[in-house]
Amino acid sequence: MKSDDPDITWVEEPKLGLTGRMYLPLLVQGLTTTARHLISPKVTVSFPEERPQIGNPLIYRGVHRLNKDAEGRVKCVACFLCATACPAHCIDIIAAESPWPDREKYPESFVIDELRCIFCGMCEEACPVDAVELTSLMDLTGRSREEMIFDKEKLLSVYDMTKDAEPMKSIALGGTV
Amino acid sequence: MPSVIVDGKEIEISPTDRLNGIEIARRAGVEIPHYCWHPGLSVVASCRMCLCETGTRNPETGAITMMPKLVPACQTPAKDNTVFVTDSEKIRQARAYVEEALLIDHPIDCPICDKAGECLLQDYYFLHGQKERRADLRPFTSRKRPMGDTVTLFVDRCVMCTRCVRFTREITGTSELMVANRGSHEEIDVLPGFPLDNKLSGNVVDICPVGALGDRDFLYSQRVWFMKRHAGVCTGCSTGCSVHVEENQDHVYRLKPRENPFINQWWMCDEGRYGYHHLHAEHRLVGAKHRNAQGVLANVEWNEMRPELDAALRKAGRLAAVLSPHLTVEEAYLLAKYVRSIDANAVLALGPVPVDGEDERFPNGFTIHAEKCPNRRGVEAVLKHFAGSVTTFDDFVASIAGGDVKAAWVSGGYKTDWNTAETAAAFAGLDVLVVQDMFSSPLMEQATHQLPGAGFAERDGSYVNFQDRLQSVRWAIRPPAGAWVDGQIFWQLLGKPGLFNSRAVLSDVAAEILFFEAAGAEVPETGVDLRAKLLAETGTK
Repeated sequence: MKSDDPDITWVEEPKLGLTGRMYLPLLVQGLTTTARHLISPKVTVSFPEERPQIGNPLIYRGVHRLNKDAEGRVKCVACFLCATACPAHCIDIIAAESPWPDREKYPESFVIDELRCIFCGMCEEACPVDAVELTSLMDLTGRSREEMIFDKEKLLSVYDMTKDAEPMKSIALGGTV
Repeated sequence: MPSVIVDGKEIEISPTDRLNGIEIARRAGVEIPHYCWHPGLSVVASCRMCLCETGTRNPETGAITMMPKLVPACQTPAKDNTVFVTDSEKIRQARAYVEEALLIDHPIDCPICDKAGECLLQDYYFLHGQKERRADLRPFTSRKRPMGDTVTLFVDRCVMCTRCVRFTREITGTSELMVANRGSHEEIDVLPGFPLDNKLSGNVVDICPVGALGDRDFLYSQRVWFMKRHAGVCTGCSTGCSVHVEENQDHVYRLKPRENPFINQWWMCDEGRYGYHHLHAEHRLVGAKHRNAQGVLANVEWNEMRPELDAALRKAGRLAAVLSPHLTVEEAYLLAKYVRSIDANAVLALGPVPVDGEDERFPNGFTIHAEKCPNRRGVEAVLKHFAGSVTTFDDFVASIAGGDVKAAWVSGGYKTDWNTAETAAAFAGLDVLVVQDMFSSPLMEQATHQLPGAGFAERDGSYVNFQDRLQSVRWAIRPPAGAWVDGQIFWQLLGKPGLFNSRAVLSDVAAEILFFEAAGAEVPETGVDLRAKLLAETGTK
């Protein structure tokens, strides 16, 4: 963009008046704000002793989980749409023919690299069977990189851990399943 | 000049052209949607997707008379003065209805269907379908059953174009597939006890416009949009079918035939199609090795081995090289040139030429050759240029034991065991034995220098098939760490800088060897006939 572009509107900096140049009124103004926050109720929490309040767990984007169907089998059909949508390329799936007669394809291995993940929620968005979901678990820690690469069993266990507190989102959000 | 009018555009055709509406529209740059028509098969005009408006122009007055009804473009010959209209409200409506009818009973299982991404039903729905579906949308999965060892049929995904049925009747002549039942109960099927087991069976998966026929080898392994396709040549036999190598992250997932009217048309055999697994075999050799002072094999970096190997060969003085028929023309030329640069009288021989059974010819002319290597003729031409005649591997082995050869370079690249302990024993007296191969073998065990070689999808270069047609291809995947493309090794040994440039080598070969003269110019994707130029030249003499 050039400086003579007609779309540019040039604005002059307003001249400071006497009060402005005196600088004291603004100092008082700033200190008032500081003082007000000193006595007003606290909004920060002392993590991790104290847990933060999560507004709406249904739209929070924390650790992933792999949902199970009514029979306790992994819901995922290994369509790779999450891996396709993933902008961070953190999902790795190996598909195989399913061992169940009513299902065709299932993930033999389903791995999410939680360190690579940017928690954008695109995988959840892309999933046609609502199998992969982001929970409201937000304090994700591990002692090694390997520990942070979540395999199918671990992702399914996240579901077992969170299913009571957070039912599958699709029903609550008016989804298909 | 006869001419056809497509959407108001005048397209000239030659009097010998025998085109239908779809083909002439392609020349005009218009793609008419179609399911059942395939250029290699007979016309049935059953899918009704290619319906368009046709008419004729009166050659005297120029007046155009149109037919009142829509007709299938695949069945309408493009003759002089024929008029085609490929896009009108009436046609759009007809296409949308066809799509709607096909999709009423089509399972909504695109996410788990292997065809998704290259499915005509999907593509045409977006291009020609209605905005809204009027039938119920109930997700259901497809019934499936095996058609043979290689192909699975997903019954409900089928659109009954019968391409596969016609393929087994017209191309292979085996007629395994048929249409069972009638009306909306129509299904593709085989008779009990007569599975789809011909040697071209994999092609029915390629010609299936939807996901009804699945290739068991590829099924569930990869989504098609992740793969990149590279033009390649099948190295399974001396037919040298043009193929697409489809890979993702240096792993080949499938081979598909690439249309080439001069060689394989639209087809390839199952042996070639599934003959890529050795590229990713567990027991493939990686890492160069050489014998140290104690005669024990030790790992060594190629960069360190190169000067040492070069010095050892120069010290030996009297050299021999075995040029495998799996080498490309460029690689064979560079290897011959390298050994001849050290020893001007180096013995050059052709590697063993694997022959399995007899040539197998199908009714449409497609032939699976018994000679299971891609480039015997190309390597022979190189040998004739350097050595005057072709020494076979057996003759070479017989001569080597009592001969004065001190060092030999043996190139491999074979999929299966190609040498025995007896063969290897003949090489026992050599000072230096360099073996360049993908897999371990008795000869490899005995080598003083082991060089892991490349597979077909990793090579750059040209192959000459049974009819002297030369095809040039680029690499599709990189070799595993610790293996090197043969051409790159020869390139470096000859002291050339940078990366192996097969095109530059081919230009040198074409300038130097008369047989390859036609390859001097750009080689088209379908290859170049080396005989054409030779015939023309002998004709003028």
